Amino acid sequence: MTAENTIMINGNTLSFEPGETILDVARKNSIDVPTLCHLKRANPTGVCRICVVEVEGAHKLQASCATPAVAGMVILTESNKVIEARKLIIQLMLSSGNHNCAIRGHAGDDWTAFQLQVQKSDDSDELCPVWGDCQLQDLAYRYQVSSDPMLETQIPYPMETVNPFIVRDFSRCIQCGRCVQACNEVQVNLAIDFGYKSGATKIVAADDKPLKDSDCVFCGECVAVCPVGALVEKDARYKVRPWETQKVRTTCTYCGVGCQIYLHVKDNQVVKVTGVEDALPNHGSLCVKGRFGNDFIHSPERLQTPLIKENGNFREASWDEALDLVANKFSRIKNEYGSDSLGLLTSARITNEENYIAQKFTRATLKTNNVDHCARL
Amino acid sequence: MAGLAAAFGSGAMTNTIADIEEADVILITGSNTTENHPVLSSFVKRAVTHREAKLIVVDPRRIKITQFANQWLRPNLGTDVAWLNGMMHVIINENLYDAEFVEKRTEEFDALRETVDKFSPETVETITGIPAEDLQAAARLYAGAKTGSILYCMGITQHTSGTDNVKSLANLAMLCGYLGVRGGGVNPLRGQNNVQGACDMGGLPNVYSGYQAVDNPDVAKRMEGAWGIENLSTKIGLKATEMIPKAHDGELKALYIIGENPLVSDPDLNHAEKSIANLDFLVVQDIFMTETARLADVVLPARCFAEKDGTFSNTERKVQRVRKAVEPPGEAKYDWEILCDISSRMGYAMSYANSEAIMEEIRKVTPSYAGITYGRIENEGLHWPCPNEEHPGTQILHRDQFTRGKGLFHAIDYTPPAEKTDDEYPLYLTTGRLLYHYHTGTMTMKTEGLNERAPESFVEISAEDAEGYSLKSGEIVKIASRRGEITARLKVSGKAVSGTVFIPFHFAAAAANKLTNAALDPVSGIPELKVCAVKLSKAA
Repeated sequence: MTAENTIMINGNTLSFEPGETILDVARKNSIDVPTLCHLKRANPTGVCRICVVEVEGAHKLQASCATPAVAGMVILTESNKVIEARKLIIQLMLSSGNHNCAIRGHAGDDWTAFQLQVQKSDDSDELCPVWGDCQLQDLAYRYQVSSDPMLETQIPYPMETVNPFIVRDFSRCIQCGRCVQACNEVQVNLAIDFGYKSGATKIVAADDKPLKDSDCVFCGECVAVCPVGALVEKDARYKVRPWETQKVRTTCTYCGVGCQIYLHVKDNQVVKVTGVEDALPNHGSLCVKGRFGNDFIHSPERLQTPLIKENGNFREASWDEALDLVANKFSRIKNEYGSDSLGLLTSARITNEENYIAQKFTRATLKTNNVDHCARL
Repeated sequence: MAGLAAAFGSGAMTNTIADIEEADVILITGSNTTENHPVLSSFVKRAVTHREAKLIVVDPRRIKITQFANQWLRPNLGTDVAWLNGMMHVIINENLYDAEFVEKRTEEFDALRETVDKFSPETVETITGIPAEDLQAAARLYAGAKTGSILYCMGITQHTSGTDNVKSLANLAMLCGYLGVRGGGVNPLRGQNNVQGACDMGGLPNVYSGYQAVDNPDVAKRMEGAWGIENLSTKIGLKATEMIPKAHDGELKALYIIGENPLVSDPDLNHAEKSIANLDFLVVQDIFMTETARLADVVLPARCFAEKDGTFSNTERKVQRVRKAVEPPGEAKYDWEILCDISSRMGYAMSYANSEAIMEEIRKVTPSYAGITYGRIENEGLHWPCPNEEHPGTQILHRDQFTRGKGLFHAIDYTPPAEKTDDEYPLYLTTGRLLYHYHTGTMTMKTEGLNERAPESFVEISAEDAEGYSLKSGEIVKIASRRGEITARLKVSGKAVSGTVFIPFHFAAAAANKLTNAALDPVSGIPELKVCAVKLSKAA
């Protein structure tokens, strides 16, 4: 290690590669610097400034996500100055909207009045829909920031609920811009951007149209990266709290990309689907079908028992009866007309193990190679 | 798949999905990538916008991905061999090809050169409608890169010349030496989650798992040993698209259909329905009462993916875990469990403790999967071939040599599509999927939000054609081919190019496949779902 490619963070000398930011070096060495706007796989913007650090010799605190490491830098990530700055940022964010997480503070009637107003806006008597699953709330706890409002904030934009998948709650938006980057730099759907600058900023689609009338394709990448409660899955909002669910990792069942997903399960129901970050091939990204198209799992139309057709109508049957019937019919046709009068279409939807058994059954039991699937269709 | 296997010795995607982002030039053809493989399309879009990779899209519709393209070539339907030969004509004539690669790694180049020599850009223009100078520019763009990746899908394969189309793509990539390297390759995008796995596992009439030929007596003997039986058939079986006519003729008596809905997805549905009704016995095993299941004698309820342990193999040959998250409804069972039960009742006992036990058997009889255990893929899947437990898997195929040894050029002449437009049927019809639905809609149509986004079938038409017929967007129209007719709402769209209309095939109520042509590619048995001739009129 030479001085040419080292910096010092909190008293530790650490090496860096050219092009790495202070944040990169800190993360590589398990030094926890909080971030909100920083989004992996996108260019850092430094807009939220929660990741500021103190760099010896610099006049101002530096956003670590956007400041390249320079040899010889001496950096403090949790100095008093840094902590004071972060507290101020957090408090400004908390008082900028409907952040009714009841973290601390709010003396006297202020809280009640605030809570009642938010409840009305949310049409719910619960705390924030992402309570317990919010990076701003986590930071407020970490730095023990009061949620007493610093200034009276009017939310100029109403909630958007007119599309089937995503609720856009501008009252909770901290304008970190992660959704804008996710849409433009990660998924490259180019559907949303910052609009109405200077004090009245809003994340807009097209010319401030509802998402459903814009270029939005409802991949939900914006929901996945929103650090607060501004973008939430419509179906899961207020219905699913993270501590009530278990996450099971599996592979998406739609196209051949094989996205890695978590099924969030509550009371034997899949209530939400998210992508597995840091896993190939999708790095957490999903499409509208994979993220929002899994209602079929619990559809009341699912087949539940074997059915046998009699006089043109189906009736329920036991497994024993149905399987005996199939086995007898196939055996009889095989004996009468030969094995090649039988065929099986296996499926590109079922598992490898099941496809293997399907062809083994056809070849070893039916004694024919008449097995295929819909690869051609 | 047959086309790639003939050229390279393996029919699968040569490179990985992540690899696409490293290509210098990407050629997409016959793939509506942003709608059918949305997450994969982001790799392409990022390569173009962040890395300034070049993108060439060749597609009959002005699909979304064309907005990211440096060049969009619009060929007449079913003329792919012609423009591909034309590109190679330019590349060879202008000496832009990788002579060293061609010399060392391939064979039959002279035959290719002789054939493509006939396909001057001007000749190609008369066949494809692609202006000669555009074709030249695309050829130079593709051949001028360090590496190039070709992505294709059913728009290439669902033609009577589908195998020829794929061989031509293989020719083009070999000519430029874009194989066995990162960011290169010929990459068929698989439309269904486990098409790759169904093929790998021997869900095909000509091969056992791992593409071991059924007509090879040595293979049959080995499988007989592994399975403890005798007399495995060495006669190649019927393809799905051959089973239907055989059912019609009465030669196929009984059919067992698992998780498929041919009564919406097959071409020329009226014929398919008659054929299936002609069977003595039909079993359908599915998660829903599909259009096909309604015709069955016995319907068996299966678990869906969220209720199963197992593996899927994705389009990049990566074997990944599927895990059970919830209990199945009612008495639904594993597909493998049902088949084992029937097999045992028919006198050949099959029984496994769980899916992992089946994978252990798969590994023993499938060399390309031999090294893949559940333990190894707990966190991260493995790309086959993976011949032993120490092997890291194979991300890029054909690195030092092709699976078949040398890459084989195929000299291919252009043959027009099976059906052409005429005075009675003056428009071309092509079919495909929409972003918001999946295949026959059995699953996606259970989500209200998806139905809200894409509620019904439609006929996509250019503004010019609509005007020609004096029809307005939103009107209900009748559309007919020589095989059937449907009614659907007209949708004037910038995606459509005059002379060609598009209908999504998801919707049983206005099934595009009542119109499509069942003419097959002679090798792959894939029907020509992407081209047929139709006529259009205002619905009465």
